[in-house]
Amino acid sequence: MAETLCRVLHNDWVNDTYKHLIVDAAHGAARAAPGQFFHLLCPVIGENAPFFRRPMSVYRIDKAQGRLEFLYKIVGRGTTTLATLAPGDELNVFGPLGRGFRLGADRKHIVQVARGVGLATLAPVAESAGRLGIRTTAILSARSPEHVMSADYLRSVGAEVVAVTDSEGTSDAAAVERRVRSLVERDGGDFFVTCGSNRLLRLLQRLGAEYGIGGEVAMEQPMGCGNGMCFACVGSFRNDEGGTSYRRVCWDGPVFDLQEAIAWST
Amino acid sequence: MVDMSVRIGGVALKNPVMPGSGTMAEGLARVMDLNRIGAIVTKTVTPDRREGCPPPRMVEYKDGSLMAIGIPSQGPDYYIAEILPHYRSFDTPLVCSVSAPTVDAFGAITAKLSAPGVAVIEANISCPNLESDGKAFGMDPEASARVIRRMKASTDRPVWAKLTPNVTDIAAVAQAVEDAGADAVTCANGMLGMAVDVENFQPALGNITGGMTGSCMRPVILRMAWQVARAVKIPVIGSGGIATARDALEYLMVGCAAVQVGTQNFIHATAMLDVIDGIEAFCRRKGVARVRDLTGAMRPRHGLREGQAA
Repeated sequence: MAETLCRVLHNDWVNDTYKHLIVDAAHGAARAAPGQFFHLLCPVIGENAPFFRRPMSVYRIDKAQGRLEFLYKIVGRGTTTLATLAPGDELNVFGPLGRGFRLGADRKHIVQVARGVGLATLAPVAESAGRLGIRTTAILSARSPEHVMSADYLRSVGAEVVAVTDSEGTSDAAAVERRVRSLVERDGGDFFVTCGSNRLLRLLQRLGAEYGIGGEVAMEQPMGCGNGMCFACVGSFRNDEGGTSYRRVCWDGPVFDLQEAIAWST
Repeated sequence: MVDMSVRIGGVALKNPVMPGSGTMAEGLARVMDLNRIGAIVTKTVTPDRREGCPPPRMVEYKDGSLMAIGIPSQGPDYYIAEILPHYRSFDTPLVCSVSAPTVDAFGAITAKLSAPGVAVIEANISCPNLESDGKAFGMDPEASARVIRRMKASTDRPVWAKLTPNVTDIAAVAQAVEDAGADAVTCANGMLGMAVDVENFQPALGNITGGMTGSCMRPVILRMAWQVARAVKIPVIGSGGIATARDALEYLMVGCAAVQVGTQNFIHATAMLDVIDGIEAFCRRKGVARVRDLTGAMRPRHGLREGQAA
């Protein structure tokens, strides 16, 4: 794990909200496991001077071609300057970092439920599960059909895809709950993974407890070092003693046990 | 061949570069060889278990950051059982940073942590995120001296005192801890600051106030290091906004014998290696045989005219 200068190969819009960044990581950064992240040194451009790096989970890890892909939404200074990178530019990438998903081969059918940029984080899970011969169904929640970005990719790695959207009125909690219940009761769903939505996290926690099904969630938090040293990125998690403790999202996660995670309030 | 070794308060270091307390953890060993740095400095241990400050813990600026971490600590037993073993395989001296709410507790934790594998105890009398409105022992020369006297009586290890910059006369505090027996002083910790999240009408940090660190602090802390170095005979370790070898050289030239790299470790995990290599290259370029000859090497300007050789 190290700091690497990667050449940008592609950095384009996929719709009106998200950009798709591909970098050449032939030096070995492409060893990342699903759920791990890279800490990106976003360039300083004019008034936008990101001081710390920005953590970003991997969307695709192309080991064969030595490429890393990221899917991101422009939300602040870091992603604003990241969006200006053009093919041929260099990007300083630190990683892979953090603890990723634990995909035991004993799983039969992983049910992944993601929203927003969480779609990117969960895409490598489907790819890995496919290689391990584990069936995956991905419920992708988005504002509109054009914001469902990873459906084709997920299908290409063997996942079954269910897209639900706000604009079509199919993404409400009750509808998603019916889908998940059906996957568990009729199709042998035996593991939940999620990212990107408190509402979906709470739903899967409730259903996981009810059915006795385990799961994992990838958490997001602004980070300082990304390497467990600064303790800036802590969040509250349920602990063994029935209380809560702060844990470092970068070091103890970013992937946590589904039931240990605590949905944040907003 | 430049002699990079220095001697700080009774301990021989292979070079004058080490991390600031709270800016390295076990993860750093995955990124670089800890045998290359002058010392390993671990995060402050407190007698009690502490969760630290509620998030958000960090605000960033163009050239620095404001952090309120609040010394999360698992206590001394955990430190000895779980943290120390990570560093056993390195031949780099280990500096154990401690803090405590009372003089007695400072003595007790110092005794407890004078364990095999600990070369130095650094007293964090300066962390601005402790309770009582950010006040700390380090804001009062007498209280600082009491802490150091008690620590010296509780251990056979060298004791370094990490000063707080949140004082009017830092040299007076440095003199007080020197008189109390400190083997070295570290200058300095973060400067108290705060920020407001105006969109939401609330403090930006969970703790309201935090410690300002990073390059923006360097001119201020450098000035303090210069004042401290003139006031004491014990070695001074400069710590404030050091990101490059050039920054470290400033601290050495104003009188520091060693430096701590802090916030920069969060951005470039191998920053200390660049600082070490850069200092060595500077010495070669300037014909300096021993890095310790740089300590206090800043020359007075008066009496010199432009273009006149020194």
